[in-house]
Amino acid sequence: MVLNAQDQKLIALIQGGLPLSSRPYAELGRQLGMAEETVIQRIRNMQEDGIIKRMGIVVRHHELGYTANAMVVWDVPDEQVQRVGEALGRHACVTLCYQRPRRLPDWPYNLFCMIHGKDRERVLNYIESLVESENLQDIPYEVLFSGRRFKQRGAKYL
Amino acid sequence: MDATDRAIINRLQHGFPICEQPYGQAAAELGIGEQELLERLRAMLKDKRLSRFGPMYHAERMGGGLSLCAMSIPQNDFEQVAEKVNAFPEVAHNYAREHALNMWFVLATDTPERIQQVLREIEESTGYPVYNMPKKQEFFIGLHFTL
Repeated sequence: MVLNAQDQKLIALIQGGLPLSSRPYAELGRQLGMAEETVIQRIRNMQEDGIIKRMGIVVRHHELGYTANAMVVWDVPDEQVQRVGEALGRHACVTLCYQRPRRLPDWPYNLFCMIHGKDRERVLNYIESLVESENLQDIPYEVLFSGRRFKQRGAKYL
Repeated sequence: MDATDRAIINRLQHGFPICEQPYGQAAAELGIGEQELLERLRAMLKDKRLSRFGPMYHAERMGGGLSLCAMSIPQNDFEQVAEKVNAFPEVAHNYAREHALNMWFVLATDTPERIQQVLREIEESTGYPVYNMPKKQEFFIGLHFTL
């Protein structure tokens, strides 16, 4: 879909959050001079096209007790990265999994996944079980636990 | 945090209705009233258990740039570099991590080309190199937390 000027305004208006009132799309429409049903249709279209990945809540995992947050990085031979990436992504404990470029010589890792848990021991146990169940014993990896969070906000567009 | 708050979080991480009375519909699914759902969402946003309630945009499909970046900063310089990095509005979040590369942040820019520019500006402002690691392939995104 092509985003028109009204879509752009709509995107800018809701990126901070949806109105917390009974008919939020009608309220957005009032602010933009659009009909409620048009707002609903445009948002649906944006979601179908994947411009909006989803609507809903974004939690602060730290405040919810998920205080151990590990980025696990693997140095997977290029010809295996597809298979290993898909396999890791199927595990419930893996919340994100991406292939990224190596930055040699300092950074040999090309597969990144995030694992969140209520404490470090649990996270390390998850990783051990990943290695075992996917036979990754020969794949070098490192676990980067997060220390302080300096900043967390949604990306801003427009 | 009671069972109802947990149910709300678990349900609404997976999407929100797009219809005339979405709160009413979501509340009915949860077996509570619309007003109760609105009040609980307000309370959870206020005390910061929720960071946001609304759309998650797909940066690249919006025409923007997105990348994960890392820096290696000596401990005695860490605070002031963190301050300089976080001052860039394009830095969406920033975490200290235990590694030689000890600062990790996400850059979100309005065009893909801006990523390189902002990286250079961060390097100039801080005096340290930035490792740019944009995603090549996405295997899974299911970032949600079951409570």
